[in-house]
Amino acid sequence: MSVADPPASPEGRSKEALDTVVIRFCGDSGDGMQLAGTQFTNVSAVFGNDVSTLPDFPAEIRAPIGTVAGVSGFQICFSSKDIFTPGDEVDTLVAMNPAALKSNVADLKRGGTLIVNEDAFEASNLKKAGYDHNPLDGDEALAAYRVHKVPMTRLTRDSVEGLGLSQSEADRSKNFFALGLVYWLYDRDSKPTEDWVQTKFAKKPEIAEANIRALKGGSNFGFSTEAFTVHYEVPPAKLAPGKYRKITGNEAVAMGLATAARLSNADVVFSGYPITPASDILHELSKFKHFGVTTFQAEDEIAAMSATCGAAFGGAMAVTASSGPGICLKGEAMGLGMITELPMVIIDVQRGGPSTGLPTKTEQSDLLLAMFGRNGESPLPVIAPQTPGDCFWAIQEAMRVAVEFMTPVLLLSDGYIANGAEPWMVPKASDIEPIKVDFLTGPNVGEEFHPYLRDERLVRPWAAPGTPGLEHRVGGLEKKDGTGNVEYSPENHQHMSDIRARKIANVAEFIPEQEIDGPESGDLLVLSWGGTFGSCRTAVRQAQEDGKSVTHAHLRYLNPFPRNLETIIRNFKKVLIPELNLGQLSLMIRSKYLVDAVSYNKIQGKPFKVVEVLNKINDVLKS
Amino acid sequence: MSTLLPQLTAKDFASDQEIRWCPRCGDYSILAQMKKVLPELGIPREQFCFVSGIGCSSRFPYYMNTYGFHSIHGRAPAVASGVKLANPDLQVWVITGDGDALSIGGNHLMHAIRRNLDINIVLFNNQIYGLTKGQYSPTSPLGSKTKSTPYGSVDNPLNPLSVAIGCEATFVARAVDVDTRHLAATLRRAANHKGTSFVEVYQDCNVFNSGAFYYASKKGEKEENIIYLEHGKPLIFGKQRDKGVRLNAHGRPEVVDLSGISEDDLLFHDEEAEDPSLAFLLAQMRHPEFPEPLGVLRNVSRTVYDQAVRDQVSHAKETLGEGDLEKLFNSGDTWVVEE
Repeated sequence: MSVADPPASPEGRSKEALDTVVIRFCGDSGDGMQLAGTQFTNVSAVFGNDVSTLPDFPAEIRAPIGTVAGVSGFQICFSSKDIFTPGDEVDTLVAMNPAALKSNVADLKRGGTLIVNEDAFEASNLKKAGYDHNPLDGDEALAAYRVHKVPMTRLTRDSVEGLGLSQSEADRSKNFFALGLVYWLYDRDSKPTEDWVQTKFAKKPEIAEANIRALKGGSNFGFSTEAFTVHYEVPPAKLAPGKYRKITGNEAVAMGLATAARLSNADVVFSGYPITPASDILHELSKFKHFGVTTFQAEDEIAAMSATCGAAFGGAMAVTASSGPGICLKGEAMGLGMITELPMVIIDVQRGGPSTGLPTKTEQSDLLLAMFGRNGESPLPVIAPQTPGDCFWAIQEAMRVAVEFMTPVLLLSDGYIANGAEPWMVPKASDIEPIKVDFLTGPNVGEEFHPYLRDERLVRPWAAPGTPGLEHRVGGLEKKDGTGNVEYSPENHQHMSDIRARKIANVAEFIPEQEIDGPESGDLLVLSWGGTFGSCRTAVRQAQEDGKSVTHAHLRYLNPFPRNLETIIRNFKKVLIPELNLGQLSLMIRSKYLVDAVSYNKIQGKPFKVVEVLNKINDVLKS
Repeated sequence: MSTLLPQLTAKDFASDQEIRWCPRCGDYSILAQMKKVLPELGIPREQFCFVSGIGCSSRFPYYMNTYGFHSIHGRAPAVASGVKLANPDLQVWVITGDGDALSIGGNHLMHAIRRNLDINIVLFNNQIYGLTKGQYSPTSPLGSKTKSTPYGSVDNPLNPLSVAIGCEATFVARAVDVDTRHLAATLRRAANHKGTSFVEVYQDCNVFNSGAFYYASKKGEKEENIIYLEHGKPLIFGKQRDKGVRLNAHGRPEVVDLSGISEDDLLFHDEEAEDPSLAFLLAQMRHPEFPEPLGVLRNVSRTVYDQAVRDQVSHAKETLGEGDLEKLFNSGDTWVVEE
């Protein structure tokens, strides 16, 4: 009997209900772990669980096979409750080779389930992973876990036998075998994955067939093997009623831009240069031409930023996206956008730095770069989305601020929310507020046009080339207020510097007040920003449940700060600022409000675990 | 269409800004010819946009009463690319210099040219950094003694035309600042070319590098040192038009006396040759060994980038329909959470 055939009898299995489970698939970067994780996410999301994911892959496309450097992982938390993070500890770890086991087993909860591909635990792989013996041979270190040694390579080959595939082709379906086994273990419906495989490999029916057989083989193996005595179910979550889909942060940014283009009276011109982890925005957007989006893959980061300034001058909603190293290169041209007062959005999907740093890992260490990374006095609004789905709204908000205030705006996403996925309530297009672009159509001072004549909010008009009578010049030289003519006088430079700074400060009147989660005053305010929302919110809620006097304020607007932030801060005895950097928001808050805020910093390329933030909350409350 | 437009003149293209180039700078002449050519093109004034980088030449947009963007050092081609993508009906000019285009901005120049964006690039070559007061530039001849090279420069210079042809530019030309009639004709042809046109203008920096191009500009001297290229015509030059250029047995150019040679044996110019070899060979003819060619070296037709971008957008709209947000939001797997 091939393992892909249906099992003989369903008896002798019990099912346990759980509310939250964390699974991690890990293996070599060629083992298809990202795919397995994504499929598990989709299936769970469609089933109705709340999900949160953490893909974790090496910077190298194919690091040496079998080494710890080449291990790629995908963690997913799925739950019948409302969750905010991909989970601290792993309940079930799938390790496809010794290197994956070695680098991931520490995150497996004691008593957790460990599923390994025992076929991969042979001498050369063990050596590459740095094991001097086979840990599966009764190793004490694994005694704390429920270990399932599954000969996945052999069973996958058995499953696809007869399809005429070469051995290496057959072995490529291993991830589907592992996925099928985990589907069985957690009572998932494999139908959506089968449909996906059929579509994806429509042109290669034998590969489609192999993957589906491997998937079924894995599932049947779980079903028929005595070893797995229990399997689990995680009932659907009680999310707010509505229609949902799964979304990653980068997808949400792209959709937000397509929405802005479609609903407003100006097109979007996106200029970018490939860089991890921002490239997916360019990939997604390049499919959205029919929404009024033009994409331009520039020759370098500087060109992408310069083209963004040009496109803004040309009359488009101009956008660029990059990550830290690219943002450094863009600095001078961002200053040009600032002094010419043209609307545009610069997206920084932050990653580990400095320099090339940790390209595929997350970090929040570009906040001060966003704030101050340009020559001269060059303040810009800074906005940070807090979850993958929030990127959809945050990018539109950034564009709205840019257009309303005629200024470049920075959107600080990060690798964690850019690649992470969550269920997202599908909005109605008719409920979305269009971005209104006001192009000037005629002279504004008698018969003349003064490009730097300002309104009461200090905002200058936007005049698109092609408009008769509004011919004008802009540039990087200091200019006279009103006419925009080049002007170097000391008084004018002071005046213009002050005006530009005041204009950005005025954005505080336009953005909403800061919201808080918890009482308005108390012992501790946890103040966080950007992608750490989930961990911080969960930790604060747990502390609140423990009876602690803690409130959470999660900042979306980093510059200017919301107008009520100072009042909020002064209502608490202590302020704790957890950040994935060495204290950047902390520096800003301390200097602006002269408050002795406590920093909590982690800089490991990984998001906060809830327990880390919770422990810190308790420490600060005790001290 | 053009007959319906109000007749514009050079004056209409002059901005109200005081021109701040040094007296007798070659830039004045180029500005004057530009103002003369634009009204002849039958394009409304609001449809012109001048984009520049940094350097003396890059002040140019301030003096034109058109839309203009004085950007940052080296980036004008990239800024212009953004302008053109956002607003494809504009006629976009990039004004740049030898340092701006070939040193700090070399990368952008190369990529604008290879994309064949419909823009016109005019490179004012004065073989010196003028705005920073006299350092050698990437086109300064080997051995140039300047503020930063008191012992003479040891950098091999770039040849702007070779660079452009190397990037397979579809329109490549050279003119001289004071040769006004020829300069105007060259600018006019550049303006009318579909795709990136690249024009090198020999421009005299009379303060820091005076006379660098006298051999090509001074009456009585230039006739022996330059050749006016004409499509389909043999390469003939000299005060008496008594010299020509032919290819020798190795396919290399040589200067010959016309007294004993028939015109048919000379090298004939073919600006429309698809193969860029002839254009490159002409670009490599440098003073004093050879007369230097002026005029259009290359003029061919190739897909225009911004047009192709527009075509893709209209194709997407035709085949997929105007973007439907509801459909987009609901794409992929969705599920409903009931009340």
